[in-house]
This record gives sequence, C-alpha cells and structure tokens, in this order.
Amino acid sequence: MQHTLESFLRALRAHDVRVSPAEAIDAHRAAAETGYADRDLLRDALCVTLAKSAEEVDRFDACFDTFFARPPSVGAGRPPPQTQGETPPGTPDLAGQLLAGDEAALAQAMEASAARVGVGDIRLTSQRNLLTRRMLDDMGLRELEAMIQALRAAGGPRDAAVAERLAERRAVLFVQAAAFVERQSKLYASESARRMRDALLAQQKLTAVEPEDFRAMEALVRRMAKRLATKYARKRHRAHKGKLDVRKTIRRSMGHGGIPFEVVWKSETLHKPKIAVLCDVSRSVASAAQFLLLFLYSLNEVVERLDAYAFSDRAVSVNDLLDDEKVDDAITLVMARVGFRPTDYGRSLANFLDAQGPKLDRRTTVIILGDGRSNFANPRLDLMRAINDRARSVIWLNPEPETYWNQGDSKMDAYARFCTVAKTCNTLAQLERIIEDVLRTYMSQ
Amino acid sequence: MESIIAGLAGVGYIASRRIATALFMATHLQKPVLVEGVAGVGKTELALCAAALLGLPLIRLQCYEGLDESKALYEWKYGKQLLYTQILKDHMGAALTDAPDMATAMERLHGTGDLFFSEPFLEPRPLLNALREPDGAVLLIDEIDKSDEAFEAFLLEMLSAFQVSIPEIGVIKATTPPVVFLTSNNVRDLGDALKRRCLHLHIPLPDQGLEEKIVAARVPGIEARLRTELVRFVQALRTLDLRKLPSISETVDWARALILLHAAALDVELVRETLNVLLKFEADVAAVEPKIGELLSHGA
Repeated sequence: MQHTLESFLRALRAHDVRVSPAEAIDAHRAAAETGYADRDLLRDALCVTLAKSAEEVDRFDACFDTFFARPPSVGAGRPPPQTQGETPPGTPDLAGQLLAGDEAALAQAMEASAARVGVGDIRLTSQRNLLTRRMLDDMGLRELEAMIQALRAAGGPRDAAVAERLAERRAVLFVQAAAFVERQSKLYASESARRMRDALLAQQKLTAVEPEDFRAMEALVRRMAKRLATKYARKRHRAHKGKLDVRKTIRRSMGHGGIPFEVVWKSETLHKPKIAVLCDVSRSVASAAQFLLLFLYSLNEVVERLDAYAFSDRAVSVNDLLDDEKVDDAITLVMARVGFRPTDYGRSLANFLDAQGPKLDRRTTVIILGDGRSNFANPRLDLMRAINDRARSVIWLNPEPETYWNQGDSKMDAYARFCTVAKTCNTLAQLERIIEDVLRTYMSQ
Repeated sequence: MESIIAGLAGVGYIASRRIATALFMATHLQKPVLVEGVAGVGKTELALCAAALLGLPLIRLQCYEGLDESKALYEWKYGKQLLYTQILKDHMGAALTDAPDMATAMERLHGTGDLFFSEPFLEPRPLLNALREPDGAVLLIDEIDKSDEAFEAFLLEMLSAFQVSIPEIGVIKATTPPVVFLTSNNVRDLGDALKRRCLHLHIPLPDQGLEEKIVAARVPGIEARLRTELVRFVQALRTLDLRKLPSISETVDWARALILLHAAALDVELVRETLNVLLKFEADVAAVEPKIGELLSHGA
C-alpha cells in the first residue's frame, strides 16, 4: 500500500498540488490512522493533509477519483471460462492468464510492465500509442501472437477454438491497455502539457494570440496580477536602525515612573503605491489593447488605489467600468466608449491631466500603455513634461519593438525623454517582469 | 467519524464529513487546522463548538495588523519589577554593606539578579496560556491573514513543536498540546511554511440538505416548509453573479428575521422587504429585486 500512496503523491504533484516530503510523511501517518478500507474517509483524510488551498482541493478531488478509479475488467459479464484442461504445457504466462480469465494476475502483470517501460513518466498525450505498444510487448504480446499463429496452423478444431478465444481476449486486452495508459496520461501528463502551453502563451506576442487561446490567456493574466499584488500591496514598515524615537520612548516610560524601559526606534512607513494608468485602445494597438485592458482589470481587483484611463482620440476614466462590470463586459464597454478611433495623444494627455492633475503627486506612478503614434497631431510634449514633473515616475510600455520607434507618425523618442523608463512590451512575460520592476524599483523607496 | 458528527451536532454544529475528518486528524496527528472559506460560513463557530465538544477551555487570539509577540505570547510585568526593585532596595543595601569588596558584592547581586526575569513577573498572553493549560485547550487564532508576515513566521515554532522560547527563561513546552484552529479569509496568501505545518480545511457553501439541517439546528422554532423554501431561495440566490454571496450566517439571520415577522411562507413582498438581511451591498439588492418572483417560482 505504501507504494500505491507514493505513486498517488506523484500523480498529485503532476496535478500541481505541491507535496513536500514532510507532507508525504503526514499523508502516510494519516493513512495509517484511517486505514484503506473506507475510501471516502481516506479521501477526506488525505485531502486535509495534502491540499492547501481551495483550488488544490478541487485538483486533489479530480486526481483522487482518476487514480483510484477501477478499470473495467477483462471479459466482464461473461461466464467463467472452463479452460483449465485445455491449456497446453509451455504456454506463455500471458496466454495462460487470458485463457484462465485471471483478472487479478493480468492487472498485476500490466502494472508491472507499465512500471518497467515507464508509463508513469508520460509527459505528452501523443506518447500514448507508443507506450501502450511497449507495455503490451513487455507483457508478452509477441509470444501470444506466435502462439495464436501456431495454434491456427496446427489446424485441429480444438486448437482453432483456443486460438479463437485467445484472439478475442487479446482484443479486450488491447482496449484495456489503452484505457490504462489513457488514465496514466490523465494523471501524469495533462498538467505538464498545460504548464507547457502556459509557458508558450506567456512568450506569445500579444498581437498574435489565437482566439482559442483567449481563455487560457485570461487565466494567466489574472494569476500574474494576483501574484504581483500579494507581493506588493502590503504596507510595510522599515526600521531605521540606531535612530532613537525620543518622543515615543519618553511617552512609553511614563508608566514606569519615567525610567525608559522600552526604547523605541524610529521607523518609517512605506506607503502603498498609487498608480495611474493610461491605456491606448485605438485602432493601431487594438489587438494588444484587449490584453492590456485585461491586465488593467485584474490589477484593479488587487491594487487598492488605481486610477485607470482609456484613450484613443480622447481619454476617459474607466474606473467605474472596471469596478462594477464583469471582465468581458468591462472590456467591451471600454472599447465601445473610446475604442477603435484614431489616436490623438495631445488631447488625451490634456484630458488625463485635467482629470488626474490634482491627484498626481510624488507618490504616484503613471503607467502609459501605447504605441506613441499620434497621427501627426500635436504631441503636446509640454503636457508630458508636466506629468513627469509631478509624478514619482512615468513608465511607458510600447507594444512595438524599439526599431519601429520614431518611424512614421511615432513620437516615441520624444515622449521617452520624459519617461523614467520606456520599454517594449509585447508578451505577457515581459509585461509581468516590467510591472514587477516598476513596483519594486519605483514605488517602495 | 459518525460519533464526531453526532457530537458536533449535539453542541449545535452541523458538520460535513470532511469537517469531521479534519477534526479527527487534528486530534490524532496533533497538527493545527487552517480553516478557510468565505465570511460567515462557520469557521470561528467550528472552533467554539470543537471546544465545547472536547470539554476544553477556548483561548482566542484575534489577529490584526501590527499584532506582535508581546501581545500574543508574553510580556514582562514592568511595573511589578520596578516596584519590587524599589522595595528591595534597602534590603539589598543591607545585604551588600558587609561585603568586603566589590567582587563579593557583585557575586551576591548575580545570585538575585535573575529573580526579576522569572515566571512571577511574566504576564502570559493567549498563546502562552494555551501552552500552559494542564489538560490542553482549544486555541483559536482568528483571521491569521490579517496579521503581519513577521508574526506568521513567529507562529511556526509554536505550531510545529508546541513550544516557545523566551530568552530569559528558556523553552516552555506544552504539557498537553492544544488543539489549534487558524482561520483565514484569504485577505492575503499565507506562507508555504505555515501551510505546510497545518491541515487544511476549506469550508464551502453548503448544499440544500446540509443547509436545511444547519438552519434547523440554529433556529429551532422554524417550520419545516418555510425552512425548505427559504433555503431553496438562498441556494438559487447563490447561483447569481453577486458581489457578496449570502453565506450560512446570513441564511440563519434571515430565518430568525422571518420568525420574528411571523411569516408562514415566502412571497415576493416579504422577500423584498427582508432582502437587506441577506444582501449587504446596494448593487446586489438592486440586481436581485426584479428577479425575486422568478427565483421563488424556480425553486418551487
């Protein structure tokens, strides 16, 4: 049973439930407490020891069900075969088991072969056929086929009947082996395939995401935003070592007759960042805008003070939409409000400064997501300078690669002068890295 | 397992099998339980009822931002220390006058110095109290996610070995390890180190049958028909896309409110008037109001 539990833990790890060695020990102890007889009890006991969050509980349940599902048995529902006398001497094991209908032995042989050819190491669903074949070979399929051939060639009616029965059982065995490998692949491969896809998506150009990947991308964006927010949303204190806070020390000493028992050191509070985001949703960046908005939406859910604006020919605040609507509706509504029009950076910056101006101070970071293509309208660099003067830092993320900057109607280089950083950002991985940099470097000092 | 469910029911807590299993594992493996779930689903209540069931005193520590070990674990009684020093001043003077030289005097002082940092001057706080309870206790560390990360790290020693180190005295170990519950609303993600040391119990919103039982246990005066109706309505409400879904405590409150109003059955008017018991946001109330009739008939 210990072996079974170990492979179950391995399956769990493949399902993204993190199981440390200490937890594995706990699982063994828990299983020893409950025993293996009561399946529901075992499931609950393992669940409380191993799954550590609501999502992990779901994954645990799914994995438990697949792992402990009983495969359909060979020749189920048929009368037990009367073949004892018919088995000729020198029959290979596999044929003997098939003829005898010995399901337990067959299942064991299959497990053993699976372990030998490494079915458990399956990573991709495309490996299924190959592994099934290897497993069957290991179980002695060749000998079995040779035997069927020999029996057919012998020609006797009795031999033919045995050959017929063996062929029939062999077909069932194929189905069963395929089901076995399928189950293993579900247990061990599905998660690694998903992780691989996620990694690929994160590197994918935002402008080139296939429609069928939208959902996966959305989930990815949300996870990233959540990760960043938990990392940075807390208010932190940093102690100034060696600087005495005289006022507080004297205040505390009052209770002890003026003797300074408790010495209080000065500390400074690190303020939570204030972020203002300007997001371009015009025609030229329409495909990337969807994801920028998605990121904005997720960030809005987790960062407390976020002022969001979307712009094309003018900028409008979209805080209300991000707060009240569901994600799909919010993105559609934002696009309906200002999307798909030719960009006018000058006017948008003016709108932004009008609305946000009083709130821009040394604690605010302004993030601008856009391509800097202003359709030859006045770029209003003076406004950009004003924003840069007031805010703690200005960060410009451009979906175009740097070689395109300043070509055609792009005013990117001119704008970049007034930015603390201006960078290319056209994959999710880049977006996350940059935002993380921003949060770390430009905010908590 | 059945006996735990029955026992919890005896003290007014209707538990699912998973909850009972968690409680069983907690007492047998001697590990703390981390209880997660949305607000009002009965996390704190579980600890209260477990204490009643096990017949142990409940010691509760409410976490908040800025909670530190002097408030959670122990503090020195500065006032008392000071007072004693003052009182003993003359006495000490007398004891030291006949010392021939400084070295002897120092020697004598050394012998008494540690007196002031010993147990009589220790002001125990909830965690220390829980460890020192001779027959064990139920320790409830409520809303651990509201505390700082530093405090979380500080809890680790306490939770894995059931002991604390006080520099001046040494290690204090629990005679009987307490049963520990930690509750979390997921305000922030807890550290892996803490999660690893705990059993994890996620309490989901209950299904129809379980919730009816809970209402029956908590609001004994309610008629069976009204109970079924109101639970069905709440269940239907949870399928909607609301900002804050009503949880068990809201259902129970609503059931109590309906009893006060002497309601025998639900109708649209009644639901509309009492909806603010169930829904805590203006936007949610506005979203549900036009759908009340539909929700009621959908359930019936």
